[in-house]
Amino acid sequence: MAITITDNAADRVKTFLTNRGKGVGLRVGVKTTGCSGMAYVIEFADEIDKSDTVFEEKGIKIIVDPKCLLYLDGTELDFTKEGLNEGFKFINPNEKARCGCGESFSV
Amino acid sequence: MALLQISEPGKSQDPHNKKFYVGIDLGTTNSLVALIQNGAPNILKDKNNNELFPSVVNYSKASVTVGKPLDIEDQISFSSIKRLIGKGINDIDKDEFYSPCKYHGDDNILKFEVFDKLVTPIEISSEILRHLKNITESTLDGNIEGCVITVPAYFDDAQRQATKDAAKLCGLNTLRLLNEPTAAAIAYGLDNKEVSKVMVYDLGGGTFDVSILSLDNGVFKVLATGGDSALGGDDFDTLLADYIQNKLKIDLDIKKKYELFMYAKEIKEILTDNESVNINLDKIGIKDKELIISRVDFEKITDRLVKRTLEISEGVLSDSNLSTQDLDEIILVGGSTRMPNIKNFVKIFFNKEPLSNINPDNVVAVGASIQANIMSGNSSEELLLLDVIPLSLGIETMGELVEVIIPRNSTIPTSSSKEYTTFKDGQSAMSIHVVQGERDIVSDCRSLAKFTVNDIPPMLAGAARVRLEFQIDANGILSINATETTTGKVTSVEVKPSYGITDSDIEKMLKDSIDNAEEDIKNRHLKEAAVEGNRVILAIKSALDIDGSELLSEEEQNEISHAIENLEKKLKGSNKDNIINAIKSLENVCETYVERRMNSNIQKIMKGTDIKEYN
Repeated sequence: MAITITDNAADRVKTFLTNRGKGVGLRVGVKTTGCSGMAYVIEFADEIDKSDTVFEEKGIKIIVDPKCLLYLDGTELDFTKEGLNEGFKFINPNEKARCGCGESFSV
Repeated sequence: MALLQISEPGKSQDPHNKKFYVGIDLGTTNSLVALIQNGAPNILKDKNNNELFPSVVNYSKASVTVGKPLDIEDQISFSSIKRLIGKGINDIDKDEFYSPCKYHGDDNILKFEVFDKLVTPIEISSEILRHLKNITESTLDGNIEGCVITVPAYFDDAQRQATKDAAKLCGLNTLRLLNEPTAAAIAYGLDNKEVSKVMVYDLGGGTFDVSILSLDNGVFKVLATGGDSALGGDDFDTLLADYIQNKLKIDLDIKKKYELFMYAKEIKEILTDNESVNINLDKIGIKDKELIISRVDFEKITDRLVKRTLEISEGVLSDSNLSTQDLDEIILVGGSTRMPNIKNFVKIFFNKEPLSNINPDNVVAVGASIQANIMSGNSSEELLLLDVIPLSLGIETMGELVEVIIPRNSTIPTSSSKEYTTFKDGQSAMSIHVVQGERDIVSDCRSLAKFTVNDIPPMLAGAARVRLEFQIDANGILSINATETTTGKVTSVEVKPSYGITDSDIEKMLKDSIDNAEEDIKNRHLKEAAVEGNRVILAIKSALDIDGSELLSEEEQNEISHAIENLEKKLKGSNKDNIINAIKSLENVCETYVERRMNSNIQKIMKGTDIKEYN
């Protein structure tokens, strides 16, 4: 089981963590909400729980709750620009369907 | 798929329900929006990559637009509306103010005749805010849940209230208003550092403001403000354009003159990064006119403007009783501070390297966004940042004296209450006059509101009590409750500050209070003596009406009325000691009368009662 991160995304996370001045890494996960079942969560992490799974990738600690990992296994985290917006993107092989706006998904 | 931003721990937002907290720098010339994304402040850009939005509102018969005027006929454009917000018709200098259309108004508010309707500066400002709101919500695809709007430190209650009203009008929830210099200090993180005195030097497009802040336990106080509302980057451009015109000996019509002015602005900006620039007026359609201008030339041409800003800064510094060594930091704000000689002069003059690494156009918006983020609870930082009220708030008491209820520099939000009593027997109403200022006499302060507490039960003077509660919210806006304590009846009071006061007025009010301190004290003593004199006369007269002829001989009555006349005469004069002496002699004359009243009252009470009951 693994989660990976692209170079571009890793650079961004590093910059954001430095700007923020604290934090041990990046927490990713899913939560049940939205129009198609689930939504991705991406947050700064200030602490790591005992039960968390941690992936060390390109100098970034990616922290995931094991339950969320079931939905995220094999996901690659990318940072891209689309038109005006730039932000993070989950490329998740487990995803089966997605709501029209792309903000939530189901497996 | 939708792109995601990193949230603070536990603050991830639900899809389709994104909420944003933004900081808005509502400027005279340009406005900006900033918000915290991925843990850091970002300036919002629209689809054309603009981040500075001109604060210009254009009305046509069919629509309202914000930004550069469209190239259409029948259009009324308002720029620099911030100068008019919260002002009345008498606050306007008619020589300096050019209105694009007919206007009228009263002491509180202006009204412009825009085609077939009347528009106030609040509504015009609201259009700018609405525009910013629309750009933000369409770019971010979510709703603005709350905002922090910055205002100049010298804005008074009326101007702040008007700014808040403008936000409300376009559906923005104002978390608080923040002073612009305070926002700049927050952007540099000074609220978390060991600094105490900060100067904010803000040279914008059309205005120059200097503020001295003092920081104490997370509370920013504005010690002094000053500036020139008609000095800004535009004046540098005008001087440069005039220089070019004289040097090349050309005649220009108004349109060409404006083009040259815009070109001069461009040249000025080039000279920020380059030592010299080749000017070719081909660019504005004038053939064979060329000139080389170096940065040194430019600095010579505009030298007096820079010197003027330094003079003003020095004046403000001395107003706050500080010297240059006392300043811990100097912050440069406003696009015009990019000019290298500004930074150099400030550095030499104050012997301190100014802070300028945050884009000076953005720094105020950045500070506001940090504050908005903290207030939204999105930040893990627990910072309680407080502001203070710039002028004392109080009410008028007998004798046109001011009684301060909330003193100047009190941290807000705050509340304070005091009890007041009636002056006359059977008084059934009390008129409350709320004033703002530092002087002792009402007429020297600024009137904020007047209202009446009715239905006070008839009682002896001094028996009825009205409790006044002053509350100032986080935005510096005042509300007052008056409770009649015997009945517990609360008079529902809505205080609408009378709109209108200029920044120079505020400065003047502060300065006057210091200059006139001695005279104020004298006046206060005189007024106090007068109030006491009137009270004594009133009390004696009402006593005489009851039992004067019964207890006093005609001679004695005459003596008393002479003493009353004497006091009444002295009350018309302005010598405190004379009044006090007259009061004393009246009291002396009345001494026997008072004794007899006392005796006769006691007799009345004791009559028919066994002496033993009094043992």
